[in-house]
Amino acid sequence: MHQLLKTEPCSMLLLGNEAIVRGALEAGVRVSAAYPGTPSSEIGNNLFQIHSECPELVYFEFSVNEKVAMEVAAAAAAAGLRSLTCMKHVGMNVASDAMMSLAYVGVGAGMVIVCADDPSIHSSQNEQDNRFYGKMSFLPILESSSPQEAKDLVKRAFELSEALELPVILRTTTRTAHVRGPVQLEALPDAPKGLGRFQKDARRWVLVPGTARLRRKVLLERFEQAGAISEGFEFNEIIGSGDVGIVASGVSRGYVWDALHDMDCTNQVSFLSLVMTHPLPEKTIVNFAQNKKMLLVVEELEPFLEEEIRGVLQKNGVTTPVYGKNGAYLPRMSEFNPAQVRAAIAKFLGHSLVQQGPLQLPDMPPLPMRPPALCKGCPHTETYNLIKEVVHDLGLNEDVLYPTDIGCYTLGVMPPIQMADYLICMGSSVGSSAGFSVSTHQKIISFIGDSTFFHSGVSSLINAVHQGHRFCLVILDNSTTAMTGHQPNPGIQYVPPEYKKTRVPIEQVVRGCGVQHVFKINPHKKDESLPVVREALSLNELVVIISESPCILYAKKVGGRR
Amino acid sequence: MKRMRLLFVGVGGQGTLLASRLLGEACIKEGIPVLLSEVHGMAQRGGVVESTVMLGGLKSPLISPGEADVLIGFEPLETLRAISYCNQNSVVITSLSPIVPNVVKLGAAQYPDVSSVFERIRSGVSGFYACDAEELATKAGSPKSVNVLLLGMLMGTGLVPVSLESMEETIKTQVKPKTVEANLKAFRTGVELVSGK
Repeated sequence: MHQLLKTEPCSMLLLGNEAIVRGALEAGVRVSAAYPGTPSSEIGNNLFQIHSECPELVYFEFSVNEKVAMEVAAAAAAAGLRSLTCMKHVGMNVASDAMMSLAYVGVGAGMVIVCADDPSIHSSQNEQDNRFYGKMSFLPILESSSPQEAKDLVKRAFELSEALELPVILRTTTRTAHVRGPVQLEALPDAPKGLGRFQKDARRWVLVPGTARLRRKVLLERFEQAGAISEGFEFNEIIGSGDVGIVASGVSRGYVWDALHDMDCTNQVSFLSLVMTHPLPEKTIVNFAQNKKMLLVVEELEPFLEEEIRGVLQKNGVTTPVYGKNGAYLPRMSEFNPAQVRAAIAKFLGHSLVQQGPLQLPDMPPLPMRPPALCKGCPHTETYNLIKEVVHDLGLNEDVLYPTDIGCYTLGVMPPIQMADYLICMGSSVGSSAGFSVSTHQKIISFIGDSTFFHSGVSSLINAVHQGHRFCLVILDNSTTAMTGHQPNPGIQYVPPEYKKTRVPIEQVVRGCGVQHVFKINPHKKDESLPVVREALSLNELVVIISESPCILYAKKVGGRR
Repeated sequence: MKRMRLLFVGVGGQGTLLASRLLGEACIKEGIPVLLSEVHGMAQRGGVVESTVMLGGLKSPLISPGEADVLIGFEPLETLRAISYCNQNSVVITSLSPIVPNVVKLGAAQYPDVSSVFERIRSGVSGFYACDAEELATKAGSPKSVNVLLLGMLMGTGLVPVSLESMEETIKTQVKPKTVEANLKAFRTGVELVSGK
């Protein structure tokens, strides 16, 4: 039995992401969908396993992208079943088209959108602060700090979602998603009976302009209600009664808490620990700030709370100064660490602080780096080497541009491969190749993985066919979504025995898009592949090479079953 | 209990995360407040792996430079890389079995002479315990038990208020059944190495 399905009450050491899944199960989630992305991936992985074990309990699918996943969860919630979707921060960019208008139609049963931000860019292409999506969409945002709180908050989020008839965003960060702590398990609901039913109502669910205007009004009313709920939100708390105030959310709450204890100054400070960070509890903040000499806002990334609070205070005629990113107490860039927050609080309180100095070791020899690299025997390395050899033979070396995409193969940017020249987002290999093909005379060879191709490469490829763009797209088909931990995608040939879904072969998709020149190679068969690659790269047309060989780690895992 | 910050560093595939998780599970058994953080994702492709174990009610998942009470290095180069997290009161436990990085194999860099640096570290911190963990783990039954052997060394220092019984009980329930024997042997080897019993 899956560990998250335990029924006896006990304390378990759970990852933040596992706690979120357990919370959803305790809340009776019925439908869930996601596209994997660090640091959110373990949520989908666990739901995938649980669905495989108990399909009746909860539906889960790895959708082709975050927008589809958002729509699947939205429809379930419209049909009266509690639903959940999760994504990494940049995944919300993809899903935002659906989310912005989903806020207008709202939900019937509760819906939770878990969004995992990645301050410090541990494994992403940027460090955007997704709390701004809450502001833009008028959806409430909750931010957890510990796994226990994450579990409790998911359950509360479902109730909140039903009270407001709006999806609720649970925003995590790498350090709350990938932190592990004790979580007290509570009862799971009885096994669900039957499915939901969608009640038709075109004046609500069909966003033609007339209805959309109506629903925007409703959304603004709901947002007012959310503000009232935020005032009394039971997870927010004020600790201490000092005459200076500190406000923090998410993982920063832990840093503040530890700093105040380390510096033994809990009695000097009043600490507003915020969990519901959008909409902000205006009255609470005014009351909190009114009798304080000054406020320090401790939050990673953008001054989201800081600027909101400053606005609220200005509106209410409160002149308490607000510091944070303002006044250079804390940076906008990167995640925080305990010493940094301690130093900011010391500066704020005017304390002199003796920080424990690191061990001084003069004459430390240079330490060779250990950058992540493609695994030994990885088929991507073989494909890169084949292309490199043919490019060299054709005398193209100087003149080739390699747009690339997001997956393990992005490591092709590292020496000795170094075949990655442009990358901005999922699917950008195909779209940017189109752009380069009309703006340069350089030969364009771009790379995309199978999962990323399904995620957001297909429509760009159709565009390239229609517009007559000329480039060579290499689809690195390793039959899995390897980078995030081997999640399935529609094209996979190698599957675990219990995976019975319909396969959508990439070659058929590519031909269906209208590509005339389609080649297929097995990168491990060098002698057979070289002439094929040579022919493909000699053409000055739109060409697709499908390089097909399973990820070696994944093949080992599923035993090479085809 | 006293608050305590432990930093585990190693190379992808060494079982660094499992070791910190075993310690976390044993702490739960003994009712010690514990919080762990782990590195996931890109860093696991043969890169550096770090995890923290925070004991005694700490709510910060990360450790700042100079603030680790204990550093457990699964690989000598990685111990050196993380040494700035230590201070003069820290305890350092390290394996001496190198895992040579690719850049060194490609001839683009040199693996440093670690022994002279370790001698200087030994005299700069409050406790320093090193061994050829791979050789000892192999002798105990499996080279893969390096992680549990180092965990044993940590327990041998007596710094963590978890009983050896709880730790062994945790190992028995958390590692693959086939590897229990080798892991327990490696664990005891580690304990004895440091505590002498």
